[in-house]
Amino acid sequence: MNMTQTGPADALSKDGGKFPKHRLEELRGRGYVMFCVLLLIVIIFSIVYFIASRGLTPFTSQGVSLGNMLGGLKWAPEADTPSFGALPFLFGSFATSVLAAVIAAPLGICAAIFMTEMMPKVGKNILQPAIELLAGVPSVVYGFVGLSVIVPFLRDVFPGQGVGILAGSIVLSVMILPTITTVATDALRSLPAGLKEGSYALGATRWQTISRLVIPTTLPALMTGVVLGIARAFGEALAVQMVIGNAPHIPHSLTQSAATLTSIITLSMGNTTSGSLHNNALWSLALILLIMTFLFVFVVRLLERRVKRV
Amino acid sequence: MKKSLLVLTTLALGISLAACGKNENSNNANAGASSGAALSGAISAAGSTALQPLVDQASKKFMDLNKDVTITVNGGGSGAGLSQVAEGTVQIGNSDVFAEEKLKDADADKAKELVDHQVAVVSIAAVANKDVGVDNLTKAQLVDIFTGKVTNWKDVGGKDEKVVLVNRPASSGTRATFENFALGAKSEDLPDSITEDASGTVRKLVSETPGAIGYLALSYLDDTIQALKYEGVEPTSENVASGTYPVWAYEHMYTKGQPEGAVKAFLDYMLSDEIQTTDVKDLGYIPVSDMKVTRDVAGVVSNK
Repeated sequence: MNMTQTGPADALSKDGGKFPKHRLEELRGRGYVMFCVLLLIVIIFSIVYFIASRGLTPFTSQGVSLGNMLGGLKWAPEADTPSFGALPFLFGSFATSVLAAVIAAPLGICAAIFMTEMMPKVGKNILQPAIELLAGVPSVVYGFVGLSVIVPFLRDVFPGQGVGILAGSIVLSVMILPTITTVATDALRSLPAGLKEGSYALGATRWQTISRLVIPTTLPALMTGVVLGIARAFGEALAVQMVIGNAPHIPHSLTQSAATLTSIITLSMGNTTSGSLHNNALWSLALILLIMTFLFVFVVRLLERRVKRV
Repeated sequence: MKKSLLVLTTLALGISLAACGKNENSNNANAGASSGAALSGAISAAGSTALQPLVDQASKKFMDLNKDVTITVNGGGSGAGLSQVAEGTVQIGNSDVFAEEKLKDADADKAKELVDHQVAVVSIAAVANKDVGVDNLTKAQLVDIFTGKVTNWKDVGGKDEKVVLVNRPASSGTRATFENFALGAKSEDLPDSITEDASGTVRKLVSETPGAIGYLALSYLDDTIQALKYEGVEPTSENVASGTYPVWAYEHMYTKGQPEGAVKAFLDYMLSDEIQTTDVKDLGYIPVSDMKVTRDVAGVVSNK
């Protein structure tokens, strides 16, 4: 690249200083983009480093074993002999986010089908903005609605106090609905029109086309949306914390008080002093969350590769 | 045009970054240390959310009186407040508990550097749903309830209804106060119990859940819930001040070393009658000057 540009640069050098204008521009633009990208990389790595350095301290120098944390059932950080079993939180996190996806996936995918295959106009002008609006509602509002509406309802209908995994997943399902719907809509829209036309030309009805052609072809993309939704649900803290009950035990039913990784972190982080064992153990939970999110991203990448092959 | 915009953005980004790197303490509030001189500077306080409303309200009044002083008050929790003041990121760390209770073992040295300013007293009452049919509990009954020995209200003289515990996180200052002075022992998080951090949420859950019991600061008591007597003593400001109701704790504002200048003036203002007789009482705390008893770190109560 440099070779080709030495010629004109030399020719222009007598009237425009060392660099001609366009090369200066090029350099400036390139410099700015590189600076932003470098900054981004530094920020990401410092966050990961910070969480890891705090989160690994309990294992390296404060005498907590990794096995006890991942497999232990007892979480009593302020007891005289503290124990840090995080299995109930891992269970709670997985149970709430998967259940939330089970509730939200059919709703989101059906909404996407409605918007792309059935009534594109109504879908695009009314339904889509309405669903996207859900993404803008602050999570504390979801939590409060959950606490005021869903928890009392569950308390009246099921045994228990209404709080628990079921309440948490219902609140989360509404929160992840926009993610699932948006990804599914994009996937369905990008389906080549020729495929559907071919199906109609063979005499298939609309429902046959949707169920036997549209959904199977776009399935990996639809699953990407669902996994992204689970990842979002996994990381949500405040709304879940308000409705799940936060008892550090594995519940025996869906309407019994439970806890997630995030709810325990938000509950105790502010009350502990930095550097204390309890505080560092919370950072370990954050590290586990980070690794889980990384795994979700990995799964999404795998699914995307399958989309491309199709 | 576009180019200049780009340059401007880059510049702005660069400057904001440089500003981030600057130590927050460089504009430390020790101007005007000599008495009589106008106070100026920036004070930052962080920590206990239970104390935050009071400090916030007092800081607004103080800033009206001293135009050159800016005070920012943040929450974050007692632990965060103590860590930040010990590290020097804020000048005042608000806490519900003595620094010695949070900063122990390896951090014990940090607690020694901190100077305690007790600005108010907060009292905590056991509260229950209105339908439980009990209005008084003894210490032993409370212990049985919070350790899971008693699971039905009929065992403590109430209705035949399951007890639902609404607890605070193990690290919470409110829970520490309740455990130390009402139960006299640490309690574990039981299965089926609910744990919430925010007082508003605790009140809502206790008022709506049949058979629920929890504990709240006096300022959060209202008609939707029922405050329980402790050993026959009603939880009121008067009973706390006279020393008959034992479940209370100081609200602390910690500084690293003796305060100077604007920080000292602000802390003095917090303890002045202007704040103690009005805002402190309005917000449901009890003025330290009203207390007829004092308590030290070890929990030993003595008459003033």
